[in-house]
Amino acid sequence: MNDMSAVPARETVPTTAETGIQNYMINFGPQHPAAHGVLRLVMELDGEVIERVDPHIGLLHRGTEKLCEYKTYLQALPYLDRLDYCSPMCMEHSYVLAIEKLLGLEIPPKAQVLRTLWAELTRISNHILNTTTHAMDVGALTPILWLFAERERLYEFSERVSGARMHAAWFRVGGVHQDMPEGLADDIRDFADRFPRALDDVQALVADNRIFKQRNVDIGVISAKDAIAWGFTGPCLRASGIPWDLRKAQPYEIYGELEFEVPVGNRGDCYDRFMVRMEEMRQSIRIVHQCLNRLKHMQGEPVMAADPRIVPPRRAEMKRSMEALIAHFKLYTEGFKVPPGEVYVATESPKGEFGVYLVSDGTNRPYRLHFRVTGFAHLQAMDVLCRGHMLADAPAILGSLDIVFGEVDR
Amino acid sequence: MIGWFQSVLGEGPGWFVGNLFFILAISLIVMFLMAMSTWVDRKVWAVMQLRKGPNVVGPFGLLQPFADGIKLFMKETILPSNANRGVFLIAPMITFILALAAWAVIPFGDGVVLADIDVGLLYLFAVSSLGVYGIIMSGWASNSKYPFLGGLRSAAQMVSYEVSIGLIIVCVVLYASSFNLSAIVLSQQGNILGLFNGHIFNPLLVPIAVMFFISALAETNRPPFDLPEAEAELVAGYQVEYSSMSFALFFLGEYMNIILMCALFALLFLGGWLPPVEWAPLYLFPGFLWFFLKVVLMFFVFAWVKAAVPRYRYDQLMRLGWKVFLPISLLWVVLISGWLVFTGHFSGGAS
Repeated sequence: MNDMSAVPARETVPTTAETGIQNYMINFGPQHPAAHGVLRLVMELDGEVIERVDPHIGLLHRGTEKLCEYKTYLQALPYLDRLDYCSPMCMEHSYVLAIEKLLGLEIPPKAQVLRTLWAELTRISNHILNTTTHAMDVGALTPILWLFAERERLYEFSERVSGARMHAAWFRVGGVHQDMPEGLADDIRDFADRFPRALDDVQALVADNRIFKQRNVDIGVISAKDAIAWGFTGPCLRASGIPWDLRKAQPYEIYGELEFEVPVGNRGDCYDRFMVRMEEMRQSIRIVHQCLNRLKHMQGEPVMAADPRIVPPRRAEMKRSMEALIAHFKLYTEGFKVPPGEVYVATESPKGEFGVYLVSDGTNRPYRLHFRVTGFAHLQAMDVLCRGHMLADAPAILGSLDIVFGEVDR
Repeated sequence: MIGWFQSVLGEGPGWFVGNLFFILAISLIVMFLMAMSTWVDRKVWAVMQLRKGPNVVGPFGLLQPFADGIKLFMKETILPSNANRGVFLIAPMITFILALAAWAVIPFGDGVVLADIDVGLLYLFAVSSLGVYGIIMSGWASNSKYPFLGGLRSAAQMVSYEVSIGLIIVCVVLYASSFNLSAIVLSQQGNILGLFNGHIFNPLLVPIAVMFFISALAETNRPPFDLPEAEAELVAGYQVEYSSMSFALFFLGEYMNIILMCALFALLFLGGWLPPVEWAPLYLFPGFLWFFLKVVLMFFVFAWVKAAVPRYRYDQLMRLGWKVFLPISLLWVVLISGWLVFTGHFSGGAS
């Protein structure tokens, strides 16, 4: 009897079955407030630790490269603004330089200074957006409002110079569309004098804050070797300790003659990427001052190359000359022809190396246009950077990479 | 007040009706203050960020909280199809009711308290500990990923900071030799050289006050400890699936908890309804005015912190709670009890 009762008792002893533990999968985006646009990150979480990140892109794909093939060179220009819409003029910059290289066109010195000036103002505008949203991603909500007051002034300048706050289409083949209106240079100088103080305030509020450091130092570390291997450029590469800046390495426009430094990080973490951008803004202010000083001595100089085959005639001339009117009509409908050939031109956009690969077949439209965008290369590394970090680090890392989806998805 | 009702309606019914009126008065005042506190919070935050804040509805935007309330009230309550309906609906009520219930033991002035119980502080502690259920239930019942993570974070956070808050409170209780909040306030009268009222003037208790404030931030999910609803990570945390009044109840409960923590700080460290300096003319102002001013001051600091700091990460928050606050507060309990025994504080016969 004792045996009989013992047997069922042994059977009811609970046993643990082999059950696989499934990791938590979450969708970070595309409607996530910290996804910086329409990024969708499929994350595999073990508790709060990220096991794997799978970036899904293409939600903002508009076929820019293909669209440009069906436009004249001038008509394709505004599409460039819409690539990285946070630094529109820097996008135009590579494009016009590429066409000018194929044409063998020299642009007047004043246009070079103006382009440099606006490339740097655009850089400041872009870095303001990135550093402050990065701070917001780790919970500091105040810097964005402090610096956006300054950024608003930059947009106002952009409006005054080009007529558009954002999508300027101001850099043209052969120079810039129009000279700066009177008084703008003084206002920019005023801004450049005032801006470093706003930066100091933000730096005091977040960059020296213990919590901000705890959230960013040693997060998303990438070594110099890995950064190169993943195709990093710009501040993200420099934060890893490589002083590679196209403005210094392959100077274009007047960068070779200007005095500025290339800030470099030494750890390659989120904090270094943040600080490199903060310092770059200060260096950009230096460049802005130098450009403004040069502009002072360039009153009345032309801002467009004097090549009537490419550069449309001035409005005043069209009122007097029939030929000018015809030339204007031809240039704005048919456009100009670019000699056959292929060219790759890269400039240092605020986010890194923005390259334009242009193939021309001798017609008035690009045969093939390819953009080497920075964000695409940086986004590839999300998985490597995030692995093993906590969920809360993902927005910080994403913020520090400075990704804009107009550019990544094209 | 209750005595007047008893004289009119008789002993039993008078007590009942009187207390009912008292409860209604406290609830209405607290809820009104809560509504205004959202306005103050937004205004202070806006000024720190060089903005204007709400300024359209009513003079200085003062009616904004009511406009928001009406807006939320008119919205449709959405029940996610996969949610556990009962728990989903009960969760915001728990948060709200507990936040309101805690006010029962708060003395607004000398003797102006609904329930003058001897374990007032323990009652508060118990009620605020229960508050975590509202959040964890909402996170669980939503049956959605972000709320779930938010609920888990919140549970861990509140539990870890309750521990240090408990020990911090012990330090104050040692001084007062009582858990009764009114007694705690009265024990602060002239506690420093007979000049100042408030433990904040006691050098031994200043670190404790700072730690209490930080723990209170964590307890109420305010920045830099707003992890359960961290926008950049969890969108809105446990509130993701809530809409309309169920969301409003969370929102109200949260602000009510914040004011409660401000009130508690005022009672424990700033001397409650007593004027800050022991000087007879200052007693001409009614006690509740001093109490109100102290609560407003603390609320301002809450709003200030929100504008100034980034957010902690989950593990960093836990580390701060368990590895920094817990040992220090434990050490301080030993230190303070040692000091009090040494100075003969307990020999006066206090139990």
